[in-house]
Amino acid sequence: MSEISLRAEEIFRVGNYTVTNALLLSTLSLVALAALGLTLKRRLRMVPDMFQNVFETALDALLGLMDSVLGDRKKSERYLPLVATIFLFILFSNWLGLLPGVGSIVVHEGNRTVPLLRSPAADLNFTLALAIVAVLSINILGVAAIGAAKHAKKFFNFKNPIEFFVGILELISEFAKMVSFSFRLFGNVFAGEVLLTIMAFLVPYLVPLPFLFLELFVGMIQAFIFAMLTLVFIASAVTEHHG
Amino acid sequence: MDTESIRMLATAATIAIGVIGPAIAIGRIGSESTSAIGRNPEAAPKIQTAMILAIAFAEALAIYALVIALIIKFT
Repeated sequence: MSEISLRAEEIFRVGNYTVTNALLLSTLSLVALAALGLTLKRRLRMVPDMFQNVFETALDALLGLMDSVLGDRKKSERYLPLVATIFLFILFSNWLGLLPGVGSIVVHEGNRTVPLLRSPAADLNFTLALAIVAVLSINILGVAAIGAAKHAKKFFNFKNPIEFFVGILELISEFAKMVSFSFRLFGNVFAGEVLLTIMAFLVPYLVPLPFLFLELFVGMIQAFIFAMLTLVFIASAVTEHHG
Repeated sequence: MDTESIRMLATAATIAIGVIGPAIAIGRIGSESTSAIGRNPEAAPKIQTAMILAIAFAEALAIYALVIALIIKFT
């Protein structure tokens, strides 16, 4: 059984920049998403064919879900790109990481063997980057919606000592959100990878099947949860303090 | 005891004790949501969304314990 490593292993270097196996698979996921988007764009018609219909239905469902959180359709359309991108990128990364070949195709680095591909979200860099993007976007969108003064008043509230303390806690909780977003996704996907590796090592035939189904399900749920939590925090950031 | 044994015990204890709280929490969230849906079936989509969010928050705490256990085991 190959080594289980907490950090993504390096495959090659470009100058001083290490390219890891998780980075490779996340680039492939990016290319797949871009190809899907461009194909869809080229085949857009007023009367939709089945391919376009699937995406229109999904888009309608997603906008409906965002409506129930945000309140009106205009807001949903404004914040759709961020939320949908987070959902689709994490979904494709998780699902591509389940294909055969991920973790089994190896390269020889000097005297050790290293998997060529690895689930992108099993690399803490990937999840941390997404978490920082999400939390920064939440704050920037909050400032864009209600103005910098009102947004700052949520964190630095000088009305009375209790409100001040709550404001400081809110500020700390912004950083806690970054940690919680990244570790939730990382923990789920890395634990899933370790589970699949160990199951395949113990009983290679038939028994890994329910675990693969579980990982399929968990991959989708984690992408959904990341996107939904971003949406809910955006909803609370663009509304004025009830006070 | 040598470090290897302590390491194994620490890994097992971290994850075993760490998921007790989230397990109870998720059970209670699920039971309260299902009885809320039972009392008001029309509000089911809203309750379901809120339930999934709350379960995600509770599960994140178990994931923190898992990550610490993995760090102890693999470094």
